[in-house]
Amino acid sequence: MNGSGFIKGMFVTLRHFVNSYVDDVRYGFRKFSPQVDNFELRQGTQAEGVFTVQYPDEKVAVPERFRFVPFLVVNNFDHASDPGKDWCTSCGICAKVCPPQCIWIVRSEDPTTGRPVPEPEAFFIDIDICMNCGFCAEFCPFDAIKMDHDYELASFDRTNNHVFDKPKLSKEMRYWKSIAPTRAVEEMQVRGGWEHKDAQKAERRGGAVRGKPEAAAPATAAVAEDASKEAKREAVRARKAEAEAAPAPVAEATPAADGGSGAKPWTASHDENEKRKAAALARKAARAAKRGEG
Amino acid sequence: MVMAQPEVMDAPDLRTLSVAESIAHLKEKFPDAISNDTREGYSGVIVDKQKLVEVAQYVKETLGYDYLSSATAVDYLGEGNHSTDHLEMVYHTYRTTGGTALVMKAQTDRETAELPSLVPVWRGADFQEREAWDLYGIKFAGHPNLQRILMWEGFHGHPMRKDWKEAYYEEETKPFGSRWPGGHVHRAEEKTIFGSNVKYPADLDLGRLADISDDQLYQGFGMGVDTHQMIDHNGMETDLLVVNMGPHHPSTHGVFRMVIKLDGETITQLEPVMGYLHRNHEKIGERNTYLHNIPFTDRLDYISSMGNNHGYVLAVEKLMALGKKYEPPTYRAEVIRVLMVELTRIVNHLWAIGFWMNDLGAFFTPVLYFIQERERILDFFEATAGSRMMCNYMRFGGVFQDIPERMHSAMNLINDRVRDTDSMKFLTEMINERIPRTIDELDEYLTNSEIVKTRSIGVGYISPENAINYSAAGPLLRGSGVAYDIRKAEPYSIYPELDFDVAVEPAGDMYARYLVRLNEMRESVRILKQLLPRLEYTKGQPVSDNNMAYSGKVPLGESYGRVENGKGELGYYVVSAGDKKSTANAWRYHVRAPSFINLTPLGLMCQGGKVADIVAILGSIDIVLGETDR
Repeated sequence: MNGSGFIKGMFVTLRHFVNSYVDDVRYGFRKFSPQVDNFELRQGTQAEGVFTVQYPDEKVAVPERFRFVPFLVVNNFDHASDPGKDWCTSCGICAKVCPPQCIWIVRSEDPTTGRPVPEPEAFFIDIDICMNCGFCAEFCPFDAIKMDHDYELASFDRTNNHVFDKPKLSKEMRYWKSIAPTRAVEEMQVRGGWEHKDAQKAERRGGAVRGKPEAAAPATAAVAEDASKEAKREAVRARKAEAEAAPAPVAEATPAADGGSGAKPWTASHDENEKRKAAALARKAARAAKRGEG
Repeated sequence: MVMAQPEVMDAPDLRTLSVAESIAHLKEKFPDAISNDTREGYSGVIVDKQKLVEVAQYVKETLGYDYLSSATAVDYLGEGNHSTDHLEMVYHTYRTTGGTALVMKAQTDRETAELPSLVPVWRGADFQEREAWDLYGIKFAGHPNLQRILMWEGFHGHPMRKDWKEAYYEEETKPFGSRWPGGHVHRAEEKTIFGSNVKYPADLDLGRLADISDDQLYQGFGMGVDTHQMIDHNGMETDLLVVNMGPHHPSTHGVFRMVIKLDGETITQLEPVMGYLHRNHEKIGERNTYLHNIPFTDRLDYISSMGNNHGYVLAVEKLMALGKKYEPPTYRAEVIRVLMVELTRIVNHLWAIGFWMNDLGAFFTPVLYFIQERERILDFFEATAGSRMMCNYMRFGGVFQDIPERMHSAMNLINDRVRDTDSMKFLTEMINERIPRTIDELDEYLTNSEIVKTRSIGVGYISPENAINYSAAGPLLRGSGVAYDIRKAEPYSIYPELDFDVAVEPAGDMYARYLVRLNEMRESVRILKQLLPRLEYTKGQPVSDNNMAYSGKVPLGESYGRVENGKGELGYYVVSAGDKKSTANAWRYHVRAPSFINLTPLGLMCQGGKVADIVAILGSIDIVLGETDR
């Protein structure tokens, strides 16, 4: 019959219309009440009818892998030894792997030696350019940059608000644990602990690099950060001064005393080093002789 | 056709020759015009440009390579491994009966830059040659309408040439040195747009600059700007009216424009005008490293980003396989890829049919029913890849990460609407219950609807010969009765071991395309059902052998990776060239965009139809402007 196909189609529409009220009845017209824990059901595969969410009154929590604009992981602000310390070592991999090139990093340099210090002096992300691909987080070898879940970043002034600097980007480790618990644990297992990779290494080495634990938590994070940075710089400077003040002959004179503590693996055996040095000199001499012949 | 008849009689053996045999045969036939492409990692033949049309005709008519998949240009300027700078056109031709490509290349120097047009041989070369003229400045002798297609008339220069520098140009290739270690931020807008690379033509008088691009455009199409007086069949004096539809017409699915010449309500000529969303994706792709490009491919056909990823990683993986250090994707990685791609195909077709219904006048009711299912599939993408549409999921030699155990979201202060579903349970229920139910419902809802049938049967017709000749792909080609599906014709990934049929309809009209999409979704569900046990079986296998560290290198060579995407054949032509052993950035990165090339026959399909059908015919082709304009 002409028109039967159309009428059959209209029954589909009718079914949809009726179904859109099924949930209302099922949840006693309290579908949008925050007390009713029906969200998973409403969004699940068995749900019928309308399943839209009344944004912004209710928001769908995004899944763990959701990615939206990176943030920098720092130690918790009540961390025992290094509160608020950057996990970033300013190795620059995220800046290189960033497809639209929206990451800008200024690497710290030691003020006295000019050598790079594994810590960013400044870190910028232009979120207008960021395409939320997540490569920075994927390729970061230190778990120091992660994709955030906060997608409500609209602002009235894009010229001033959309270049995120380090204070704005930095978030505590516990924040990452809170938005992506499963992944945080997985990463912890790979890393071997909740601490930063380098901190753990230092720990194994005897805690020389990271400084001593502080008794009381500092008043503010910023102060803590400054203090830890200052302490670190102090340590670097001290080491440098030590190295300058103690040239080769002195080192030769103190192997026994140093070897006892075994602080540095590469100074474990003085004899070994001497042997290597002699062999290298011999090789060098041999080469020189050969060149002379040629 | 009459000329070709006697050749067809004695040609059946020639039409079954393998590619290598075909090349050998060609060399016999045209001894002084054909030479092997002996460059490292390259394949195919270099054809003397004087004989190009003759050879192409022979390849098409006698050897049976009737389908011109891709025609694109490459600029070898200052590329160390090839002695002279030159421009090169690369033609990938296939047989619609299946098999691999016969690749032909024609070279010309950069100054004269002239090659014969292949439009007389394959109409599908039309837009692609216009693009090559636009972006590379190759003049095609004999092209019926050699105008710019993506840039506007009056644009100076050819942006894809290696010596052309774009606005905000910073460095030849990424990563830029200014980002690290001394990365003091600056916003691009604060710089001079063109820096030192702004160039004006020598004869330009800025004081007399006027926009003449539209006049040129109309003239190129052979249309007058004003009305034409004419006498119709009743002896009445009447007007031919030129109407612009778009670029801001809501039914063009984006910023697409059609210039239409009308006789009353009847279309006598229709010419697509595009490029309003052009961002020179390919130039960006050549500045990018290989890895950088993956998220950029998401933005092409943003409805089916997984498929875009797949084509691109296949192309680069082909190149990487030429080198020593390469681990092909594990079986599980392939299964997950196919899973994602088939889900994407369903999403794409639901979207296409839904918006086609919009175009027919069923405003938003059907499309919203279909989008419900799409939303749930996107939920799965979001939990797996991290994003609903810009998935950025595939990597060279695998995928980003395995499917998570649970589709889990954590509660925090603002968001208490959390979910914690078992991923496999979700997938199983979706594939076994929900998606088939939706497809059945769609079928019940629309297929026999008299309104849909009356509007679509016999409208927008394209014959199988024309569909092939115009390089149509995907449902447009299969809706004309050509059973050409790359998953069968040149299988990739794990498609050879999967059991499915090619959806094909002989009618060649809009309704046939609708049926093809409907059946293709059913076939996709069939594939997905076969994938579920494979997913269970391979649980625990690694999915990503990170072949490419953050700065991976790719050995020299060329490759063409193509996949059957929802919209049709999506191909990536990637060239790794330079004076080193391997490269970090593609020398040439070309996207054979189905949305772009499927528009070539739009004018043909609309001719003789009514104005009201244009929108529906365009909808039945199913384009996404992100891919059309690139």
